[in-house]
Amino acid sequence: MTIEELQEIGKIEKEKQGGFRHRIHVCVAAGCLSSQSGLVKEALEKEVARRGLESWALVKGVGCLGLCTAGPMVAIEPDGSLYQGVKVSDASDILEALGGAPVYRLDCSSHLPFFTRQKKIVLENSGRIDPESIEDYVAERGYEGLYTALRTTTPTGVVDHVTKSGLRGRGGAGFPTGLKWTAVSKAKSNVKFVICNADEGDPGAFMDRSVLESDPHRVLEGMAIAGFAVGANYGFIYVRAEYPLAVKRIRTAIAKAERLGVLGRNIFNTTFNFDVSVRLGAGAFVCGEETALIASIEGRRGSPRPRPPFPSELGLWGYPTLINNVETFANVPPIIRKGGAWFSSMGTEKSKGTKVFALAGRVNNTGLIEAPMGTTLREIVFDIGGGIKDGRKFKAILTGGPSGGCIPAKFLDMSMDYESLAQVGAIMGSGGIIVMDETSCMVDMAKFFIEFCMSESCGKCVPCRVGTVQIYNLMKRITEGNAKPDDIKLLEELCDLVKSTSLCGLGQTAPNPVLSTMHYFMDEYRAHIDYKICPAGTCQMRPAEEST
Amino acid sequence: MRYPAFLQKIADRADVQPVRVLTFTIDGRMVSAREDETILSVARENGISIPTLCHLDGLSERGACRLCIVEIKGSAKLSPSCVTLPRQDMEVITNSERVMDYRRKILELLFTERNHICSVCVSNGHCDLQALTAELGMTHVHYDYLHTKQVVDASHERFSVDHNRCVLCQRCVRVCDEIEGAHTWDVMGRGHLSKVITDLNQPWGESITCTGCGKCVQVCPTGALSEKGKSVAEMTKKRQFLPYLKLMRGAEIT
Repeated sequence: MTIEELQEIGKIEKEKQGGFRHRIHVCVAAGCLSSQSGLVKEALEKEVARRGLESWALVKGVGCLGLCTAGPMVAIEPDGSLYQGVKVSDASDILEALGGAPVYRLDCSSHLPFFTRQKKIVLENSGRIDPESIEDYVAERGYEGLYTALRTTTPTGVVDHVTKSGLRGRGGAGFPTGLKWTAVSKAKSNVKFVICNADEGDPGAFMDRSVLESDPHRVLEGMAIAGFAVGANYGFIYVRAEYPLAVKRIRTAIAKAERLGVLGRNIFNTTFNFDVSVRLGAGAFVCGEETALIASIEGRRGSPRPRPPFPSELGLWGYPTLINNVETFANVPPIIRKGGAWFSSMGTEKSKGTKVFALAGRVNNTGLIEAPMGTTLREIVFDIGGGIKDGRKFKAILTGGPSGGCIPAKFLDMSMDYESLAQVGAIMGSGGIIVMDETSCMVDMAKFFIEFCMSESCGKCVPCRVGTVQIYNLMKRITEGNAKPDDIKLLEELCDLVKSTSLCGLGQTAPNPVLSTMHYFMDEYRAHIDYKICPAGTCQMRPAEEST
Repeated sequence: MRYPAFLQKIADRADVQPVRVLTFTIDGRMVSAREDETILSVARENGISIPTLCHLDGLSERGACRLCIVEIKGSAKLSPSCVTLPRQDMEVITNSERVMDYRRKILELLFTERNHICSVCVSNGHCDLQALTAELGMTHVHYDYLHTKQVVDASHERFSVDHNRCVLCQRCVRVCDEIEGAHTWDVMGRGHLSKVITDLNQPWGESITCTGCGKCVQVCPTGALSEKGKSVAEMTKKRQFLPYLKLMRGAEIT
């Protein structure tokens, strides 16, 4: 295929859709689907047919529109109206209002700061294209990045672009992507692999799921570009089985990409071949750790092994392997299309580009957002997030899920980037932000996450297997009002032990929520231990009978 | 190519040895090592003792018990010496206060996990776990005991397994897979709920893959696996066979 042919496909698709005077976009990502957006779409289609408007209005299923809390969402293009909480019975009113004033009772202003303050790169197509149509993706200049990489640059050139862009791994640790790609491209081997880590497991994080559900081709294109850059001809997407819709969409995308010839043999008439297949995870959090993930793909028990050697040297079946997160791959096509300098012009000095955050917890606008690195926490929670629910007082946020830490209110004006977060004892993580208000108990929250780590520990190394149980028991004792004054010391000691001696990232970071809440909210721990009071009123204090 | 280009020509000669040799220091002592030897094996060769539990000469390494952690100068992280290779001029510290303290605490955690009451154990006096307490100077446990309920499986005609004594070192799993080639043992479950099982969690006596060789019993560090008919302190383990088996199977085990 040539670039002209590719652009022709996009042009035809654009003209086809442009022929409709109104395009009704119905969100069909998991959040809205679970509140019956599938039925809403059917109802709209039926209503269009009943009114005989088939050549006039197009009903299209699209990916996530972002404001998941207000689903099902419907957007009307090019009118620009946006509806929230749409029900089946609203179909006829929506069609009635086409071209005129929007239906007032469903209106959700698209001029809200939630929409205007965001900057979208990874999510640029989410909510605009049909995730099951490859033509729709091509119409948005899809696979042009892959063409540029294959036909106008060399593998080294592609790696240079990524290095120059300053992109860092979006899976959590923020390792420079260019450096990782260089390492794999330098490894000497005839066989190499590219793995996309879609085993998203942090409680409260759902950006990888949403990207796969809304724009799967973007990830495939990113993987193919990576394969070309490092010299790999085979890619795996490791998705957790709890994401059935993402699995279905990515499988559809692979089949369509193969049919179009942008995956498979001799892509764009070059000698480059690239195939992708999907592997399902069985719901183990630890399989997000790269060596455990590799073991799981190989068909072994998903437990990590000591590093080094790193997967870039000794990876899948022993071959050099590149592992990146979904969001990292999704950033690659625009970087190649627009150049590394364009990407590095956004963000802070050391954290470039944008980051997708999943806003959850006690915030008004829960959902998926994308903002440039360096946006302050206040802007994210109060402008984009719309403030705290029911006018309560902001207390803290937790980033990075079970491996992260909390950030108290005094750091509200902190810039969200890898370095600043590390400075206050939190991590970027995969981008889940859980907002807590005055009614959330920090001790209880920390207990929840250590319980999560305890049950997700693989059981291989002793500190993580037994240490997390000990920490959990102590936390349980504190929240039940049975703790002894010495327990704080014991807790600190155990946290330090687990952090310093565990084998993999899961254990090494498992005590973080406990440590950071102890650092910023010691008064709450003290209240639980010394006065048997939970200041937030969350914990049910049941002091046991004093034993002698 | 392991050498800079100007030396590689000489190194490519067939009669030149293929593995590099380097020198580094352990606890301030200069030692020499082949580049493919672990810090642990070099230390033991030089009479420097590092405690281990999951490691056993002749079996593959897991790096999981974390008792063999050492400090490496210039690195904030502690490294398991059983899987870490030395580098030229590396400075390894095996007995710093920090490391010794962590080791004792890890051992304490092991004692709290299941049921390790030496006075009623078949392996009393011949137990690796017990020996470690003496070696590390662990006098008492200052964490709470977890008292998990575990089962005893005595369905095999010659051996029995008491999960209360198991420390999940997986020596049995590895010896069965790597030396005997039967892979009867494996692990099921996660975290503190994980457990070694025979075949697909059948009683040991009903296992169709078990050859009854007893190697698992001999390598078990504690009284978890024992021969039937042995009473308290009577179970001594015979491990002399392992180095020979390792030699025979040689290159396959890394």
